[in-house]
Amino acid sequence: MAEKKSLLNEITKGFVKENPTLVMLLGMCPTLAVTTQAKNGIGMGLATTFVLLGSNIVISALRKIIPDKVRIPAFIVIIASFVTFVGFILEGFVPDLYDSLGIYLTLITVNCIIFGRAEMFASKNGVMSSACDAIGMGLGFTLALFLMGSVREIIGAGQWMGMNIPVLHENPMLLFIMPAGGFFTLGVIIAAVNKIADKKPPQELGCHGCPNASACAQAGKGGCE
Amino acid sequence: MKELFVILLSAMLTDNFVLAKFMGICPFLGVSKKLDSAAGMGIAVTFVMICATAVTYPIHHGILVPNGLEYFDTVVFILVIALFVQLVETMLKKCIPALYSSLGVYLPLITTNCAVLGVTVLNIDSSFSFLQSIVNAVGAGLGFMIALVIFSGVRKKMEYADIPETFRGVPATLIAASIVSVSFMGFSGLFS
Repeated sequence: MAEKKSLLNEITKGFVKENPTLVMLLGMCPTLAVTTQAKNGIGMGLATTFVLLGSNIVISALRKIIPDKVRIPAFIVIIASFVTFVGFILEGFVPDLYDSLGIYLTLITVNCIIFGRAEMFASKNGVMSSACDAIGMGLGFTLALFLMGSVREIIGAGQWMGMNIPVLHENPMLLFIMPAGGFFTLGVIIAAVNKIADKKPPQELGCHGCPNASACAQAGKGGCE
Repeated sequence: MKELFVILLSAMLTDNFVLAKFMGICPFLGVSKKLDSAAGMGIAVTFVMICATAVTYPIHHGILVPNGLEYFDTVVFILVIALFVQLVETMLKKCIPALYSSLGVYLPLITTNCAVLGVTVLNIDSSFSFLQSIVNAVGAGLGFMIALVIFSGVRKKMEYADIPETFRGVPATLIAASIVSVSFMGFSGLFS
């Protein structure tokens, strides 16, 4: 029973408490780039979840075989293979989504969430809990992307999931689907989440998600400079 | 010649990697607190982008395409870039320690930077020639540096601002980034 509860905990912690995007500030590039529509947000989130699930399972299964010194290249190869795989699936079955995600699909490879979870969780825990961790983190990421996408689509285009919204559709604030709106929306959402969770907003991007932390001389000092 | 100039300027300004394409947000937010580290990071990224392009372009067109292995792009590119950055770092440390102490510290941060992978993949996707690819990499790197340097100035001013508690820290930084991004929108339509 206790074990079941902890597995469930691994899943749910990614939703709010350790939400990878809004609380831990990982994977900012796709969060900002593809969220012009709620639909793209979900697509990107699910693609990332799949890659995360696959790489977490494989890495945790191989964690005792991969020598510590070459673990970063090994992780990179595993992750990049899954990304290539997902790219093929999306191109074949949902070409629309494939086109709208474009280069950011390839860039899942260097998404800090995937690397961060591999380094922080999968390389230290068993297959089962790594899989749960991946599902939780992936869904948390999807949730954050969906939220971002919804806000930007509703305000910026007056639509939601392709449906027109009465008043807003006539006077959309185009700025919100432009790059500038992405930064703004994310800033406000992070502030709101931290207000609701009654926490102080993060002051810095920490090193915890940085895949290069082990090689970086600055990592011990808790910041990039 | 004119075409190369357009590629350079559009990679630098209209399609700025950080502010319009959202690549390399982590270093943009992480290393933009001080002017000198922002400039150092910018130079290091430009250098790595140019070298990565010079290395990956021949690999794609010389090895992967003739063998019908284009779908290995992602795997091969990221490994080559990671290896290359390690190599440069080791060489700088041994041969030019002075340069290493000013630029080398940023190199490990770049290994898996999405801007670097992004520029190499974009060069292939937009079917640029070798020269065009290099010019695009130079533009992307300079654009990254401009964004970082400008933003470090903005952040310096923000230190003295009285920001509401909920927004202090990262939220305020993001909103400032959004305003800088608006200013870069002024360049759009420069080439049409």
